[in-house]
This record gives sequence, structure tokens and C-alpha cells, in this order.
Amino acid sequence: MITTTLYSLTGLILFGMGFHTLIIHSHPLRKILAVNVMGTGVFLILVATAYVPLGQGDIDPVPHAMVLTGIVVSVSVTALALILACRVQETSNLALLKRRNQRKETKETRA
Amino acid sequence: MFQADTPAWIIAPVVLPLIAGLFCFLFKRRIFIIALAAALANFFVACFLIYQFLVFGSMRCYIGGWQPPLGITLRADGPALLMLLMTAVTGLAVTLYARGYFSCRIADSERAGRHQRQQRYFWPLWMLLLAGLNGLFLSGDIFNLYVTLELVAISAASLAALSGKPASQRASFRYLLISLLGSLTYLLGVVFLYRTCGVLDLDLLRNLSGNGAGVRAALALLTVGLLLKTALVPLHFWLPPAHANALAPVSVILSALVVKGSFYLLFRFWFELFSPIVTQAGLNFMGALGAVAIIWGAVQAIRQQRLKLMVAYSTVSQLGYLFVAFPLSRAVEGAQVWSIVIFIALTHACAKSAMFMVAGSIYLHLGHDRIRDLAGVRASLPVTVFAYGIAGVSLMGLPPSGAFIAKWMLLSSSLVSGQWWWALVIVAGSLLAMVYVFRVMSRFFVIPEGEPLKKPAALSPLLEWPALILALISLSLGLLAPWILHILSQGTVGLVRVFPGGLS
Repeated sequence: MITTTLYSLTGLILFGMGFHTLIIHSHPLRKILAVNVMGTGVFLILVATAYVPLGQGDIDPVPHAMVLTGIVVSVSVTALALILACRVQETSNLALLKRRNQRKETKETRA
Repeated sequence: MFQADTPAWIIAPVVLPLIAGLFCFLFKRRIFIIALAAALANFFVACFLIYQFLVFGSMRCYIGGWQPPLGITLRADGPALLMLLMTAVTGLAVTLYARGYFSCRIADSERAGRHQRQQRYFWPLWMLLLAGLNGLFLSGDIFNLYVTLELVAISAASLAALSGKPASQRASFRYLLISLLGSLTYLLGVVFLYRTCGVLDLDLLRNLSGNGAGVRAALALLTVGLLLKTALVPLHFWLPPAHANALAPVSVILSALVVKGSFYLLFRFWFELFSPIVTQAGLNFMGALGAVAIIWGAVQAIRQQRLKLMVAYSTVSQLGYLFVAFPLSRAVEGAQVWSIVIFIALTHACAKSAMFMVAGSIYLHLGHDRIRDLAGVRASLPVTVFAYGIAGVSLMGLPPSGAFIAKWMLLSSSLVSGQWWWALVIVAGSLLAMVYVFRVMSRFFVIPEGEPLKKPAALSPLLEWPALILALISLSLGLLAPWILHILSQGTVGLVRVFPGGLS
């Protein structure tokens, strides 16, 4: 019981941390990572739901199936988000990665 | 296996576009033929399912013969089938329009290769989106619904990025992130429900869900996740840039169909799954957000300088009507709240697709969509301007459009139940809609001063007629009202026929 609660709480905290980063930070890569952390939090709660101590009844297969499906979905979505972020950076001057590098370059040239 | 009365037909709307989408990826030529065949087949299957439903009552199908709680259930009842039909009709028109749009772009521009590439990726993504949407309307399992939501989000974000402009790519990146945030919040709600109830099937959940804290937390999470995707004020900020910067056929799909999918789910949850624990305060809150959306969206639409942005803000405004139906649901009996929502959704889907098609055609014709410089379009694009007018009339809610029936029911129920403030909002929203529709309409009829510079070539009929036909459908929905009401009332009394064998 304590194990389940502990893992579920950790999952909730991960979800909250991911949400916070998604809202606060503007860097595209951080946003993508934040969404992944949120997803991991949800999966952790699901796995904790399915936890049964050894020898005490059968394991519930449904949450495991849900986590597997969820992981597949999140991998494909992350791939799409990464390629979109790359495109945004290529086509627009507003991308943050580029601006940081430029700032660094200007500093170096000044130095 | 495929007799007229087997519910196995239910899987066809999901499987047909999926197969078509995969074939679109495989072939390089004649992709349009595959997509058109799939859209036509989807339309006929939707009609056939409605016929089956009217004869035999609502249906469910356990895929592969696996019973819930382990298997995946597909089910079809009145509202689901009407949404399916809406998707099929709009989808067929969009398929034809997109053909005209891309051939016009490829023929006109110096950068034909880029437009060919866009067309090549448009068809498979559109077919995948269609499969996802049909799955969303037919699924009977909350986790399966999460998967279809993600399918819709992935294909919708890719479609929105298709135009390749920097603005559209930024907008679609944000759209994808918002969709993901919505889906993950939804998934967390699903997890809470599963922890409390131990089942995922919608019908089993309806009997099991009590009034516990877990269920209430789940309802809150599901609602927030779906509201993000439905773009209700104040969560609408991603919608106008994403919809207005996409290619014209894509804007049609996003605005007419994709937002309806998540709203449909939200409505199902509030009025079927969780109806015992929904309080009047919660309904009033949703109604208040809807009222703000109606007024704010309409004011923003009036302020816009570009036609596509105006139409996108009009979507924000029209979505508000769907939510104003929430607080009035207790004042009307039974299936009537479904009929209000379905009428608004159907009218908006047809009229808004027609409007985005008109905006796209005008953009192709003039090379811009600034509202100030639209003078004289009437002379060169009479069919398109007519379609715009008819669609505008439907959006305003004049008879005999479907929106008129819905607004009439909303007004009468708000006055009967003594909640007159909703009636004020509805009337004000209609007046504001009139302002933004006529503001553009009046520009169409201005005769430009001096000699016209050059007469641009006439557009292909595929660009003009789908918009007009959709606009006429949205206007005549009020005349089809008895038929639609019959389908909806059938759902409440019809026997549920179970088909345990599935496809085995």
C-alpha cells in the first residue's frame, strides 16, 4: 500500500514539474522534454496502480497494456515535436537556440 | 460476416480511411483517386450505418471477440452517427475542394514542386485524421478514446505545419504542445477513473462511478484536458494562429471537424458518464465561459483585418454556443439537449467549412485576403460570394438554418426556466455575428474605382461549388430537423444489440 502511494505521489510530482516547465520556459527543446516528463509521471501512476505484492493475487494486465500503448504514442509524438521544432528553427529567426548561439558569437567577437 | 444487419459494419469508418491513408503513402500518382474513393466509401458507410441504426437500434461491436474490460468496444448511437455523417459530408466536400486547391496552386505558381510536395503529404495525413476522428466518435472505451485523440492531434498538427511558412510552423508547434498537454491531462483523468472504478468501458463506468473524490478529480482533469483541445475561452489562444495560417483545405478540416471531436467527448462525459455528480454550479461555470467566448470571439472577429483570421475568431465565438447549452440542460427534457448541441455542431461544421473554402478561393484569386481590398470580388467570383452569404446567414442563425432551431430552443428554454441572462448573450452574439459577416459582405459589393488592373482567370468549379453546396446544406438543416430529431430520439429508446463474435 505504501509502495503504491509513494510511486503514485512521485508520479503526480513529476506531472506537476513537467507542467511547470512547459508553462514557464520558452525554449522548444525544454518544452518537449517537459511533456515527456509529464507523460512519465502518468505512466508511473499507472504502473503503481497495477502493483500487487508477490504472492497476493493476480497482476492486472490492463494498466501494463495502457502504459505500453502510451509509451508508443509518446515516442511518436516526441519525434513529430522534434522535427517541428527543427523546422521552426530553420525557417524563422525567432528560434531561441539560434539567438543564444548568435549572442555567444557576438560576445566572442567582442572578446 | 457482412450481412445487412451485422454491427461489423461499424469498423468500416475506421478501417477504410486508415487503409486509404497507408496506400496514399505507398503510391506516388493518382493519390487523389484513392482519397476520393475512401471519402465516398466513408460517406456511404455512414449513411448505411444510420439506416441500420434506424431499423435495428444502436449497435456495439467487440473487436476480435474480446469482451470488455479487456477488449476494445466500438459502439454507435444517434449522436455518434450524426457526428459521423457530419464528418463524412464535410470530408467529401473538403476532398474535392483540396483537389481543386492544389491543382490551382500547382498550375499557377513558379514553385510548383513545393505545392506538389504539399499535396503529396496532404492526402495520407487527411486520411489518417479521418480515421482518427471516426474512431473518436465510435469508441466505447476511455483509453481507446485517448489513443484516437492522439491520432487526431498528430495528424492535425502535421497538417497545420504543411504550408511551410514560418508563422504556420510556429503556430503548429504550439498547437502540438497544447494538444499534448490536453491529451496528457485527459490520460491522467483516465488513470484516476481506472484506480477508482477498475474498468475502462464507458457503459460499465456509467453504472460504477459513484460520487467519490477520485471520480470528481477525474472529471475535473478530463474536462480541463478536453477544454484545451476544444479552445474554449480562455484556453483558445492557440486556435486563431493555427487555423488562419494553415493551407485552406487544412483550415477547413481543423475548424469544422477537429474541435468538434473533443467537444463531443466532453459533452458525452458531462451528460452521460458523470451526469449524477455534475452540479448546477459546474454547468453555470461552463455556460459563463461559453458566454464570454461568444462575445469576445465575435468582438475579435469584428476587429480583424484579414478574412481568414476573422473566420478563425468566428470559430471561437461559435464554439461558445455549444457551452451555453450546458446550464440550460436541466431546463429541457431528455434528448433535447443533445438536439441543441447537434444542431449547432452540424450547422457550424457545414457553414464554417464553406467560409474557410471561400476565404481560400479568394486568397487564390486575389493573392491576399485583406478585408479592406476585397472590393469587386462579386463580379469575378459570383458563386463563391453567394456561398459566403449563405454560410453567413447560417452562422447568424436566421431561419431555416440549423443554428436557428438550436438558438430557438436555447432562447425558449432560458426564458422558460427564468435564466434570461443567457438569452441576452445569445441575441447579442447573433447581432455581433451579423456585424462581422456583413462587414466583409459589404466590401464584396463595392465596385472598385477606376479601371480593373487585369481580369484574373476564373477558378476551377472544384474551388467554388463544394463551398456553395455545404453552405446550402447548413441552411437547409432546419428543414431536415424532424429527420435529425427522429434519429436522436431513437437513441434513447432503441434496444442495444450486442454482437459478441466481433470479427472472429
